[in-house]
Amino acid sequence: MLNGNTNKIWELLNTVPDPEIPVISVVELGVIRNIEFINDSYLISITPTYSGCPAVKTFQDDIKTCLTNNGVDNFELKLIYSPAWTTDWMTVKTKEKLLKYGISPPSKTVICPQCKSTSTTTISDFGSTACKSFHSCNDCLEPFEHFKCI
Amino acid sequence: MSLLDYTLRIADSSLISAQRLSEWCSKGPTLEEDIAISNISLDLFGQANGFLEYVSELDGNKTVDDFAFKRNEREFFNFKITEQPNGHFGDTIVKLFLTSAFNFLFYTKLSGSKNEKLSALAAKSLKEVKYHLKHSRSWMVRLGDGTEESNKRIQESLNSLWQFTGEFFEMDKVDTEISKSGLGVNNLSIKEDWNKIINTTLSESKLIRPKDGYMQTGSKRGIHTEHLGHLLSEMQYLPRAYPDAKW
Repeated sequence: MLNGNTNKIWELLNTVPDPEIPVISVVELGVIRNIEFINDSYLISITPTYSGCPAVKTFQDDIKTCLTNNGVDNFELKLIYSPAWTTDWMTVKTKEKLLKYGISPPSKTVICPQCKSTSTTTISDFGSTACKSFHSCNDCLEPFEHFKCI
Repeated sequence: MSLLDYTLRIADSSLISAQRLSEWCSKGPTLEEDIAISNISLDLFGQANGFLEYVSELDGNKTVDDFAFKRNEREFFNFKITEQPNGHFGDTIVKLFLTSAFNFLFYTKLSGSKNEKLSALAAKSLKEVKYHLKHSRSWMVRLGDGTEESNKRIQESLNSLWQFTGEFFEMDKVDTEISKSGLGVNNLSIKEDWNKIINTTLSESKLIRPKDGYMQTGSKRGIHTEHLGHLLSEMQYLPRAYPDAKW
């Protein structure tokens, strides 16, 4: 029950990894917008990264599992669309994690995660998931993905 | 009821575009393009879902799945261009470009709607549609200003699809009522900007803008080309054959 301690819920959700990019949590991704304690129940507002992102369903299930496993069963998940998700909500620390993991983080300048070169070529505006585009490095020639700025 | 009809039209155009584009999945001309078109399709499915959730809320009775899977052709209100067959890659690119240019301007305006739900869904869709426009525009230029053969074929695609662009700017009673009350868009107000995007891109692509001749109409009344029925029969097969099927 945790008696309305929303900080504890934030902490728990920070352990739920993004289903596609497990190096960051759903909190770091910025999809958890708000947690309120109303009428003895936690109301967790979630926003999708992209409208059709298939990971939304997965991370909703992962959140439910995480909370239930930690003895929290008085919660409700609510999907909200406004304000629309933006990569601006990612912190510098989260972006560093992405770069280390091999994904060029959202920024105006695309950086090669292998050799850190900024001389890169866009191969496609669409990558293996809705949130990423596909690039290659002109210096080390490695292909890599970039988290699109939206 | 007008608000429901208005929202349903937006949802239907997204849904039918998405279903049509999904047919490219695993059949794209290159792996990158296969992924790109599948991603665009997925965005459009997501947008359709968002608008249908609102339709379902306004209706108060039918679910999102009821709207997607249990209506017949005459109860769909998507633009006719969205149901046209994919044809060759150039045909698909022209369709995507013409509709994305419209969607981009439409959602830009709709994001200023007085209706909170519509403005939120529009702002969300706009972010995604920008990429659809960018992508299809770049292919217009590559194919139009490519080889003699690619130029010839994409010009033919443009010529045959042009008749479907008139519907973008039709305003019936529902549109007029919704736009007058500040909830929706006056489509005539975005025509000039649409022309600008089209003309700039076509001249960069070394393509000739077709003359406005006979223009298709009817989708706002549920009148469609023969292609919609075939598309629906595939899309709706499973929930109709197995009504209790769950994911």
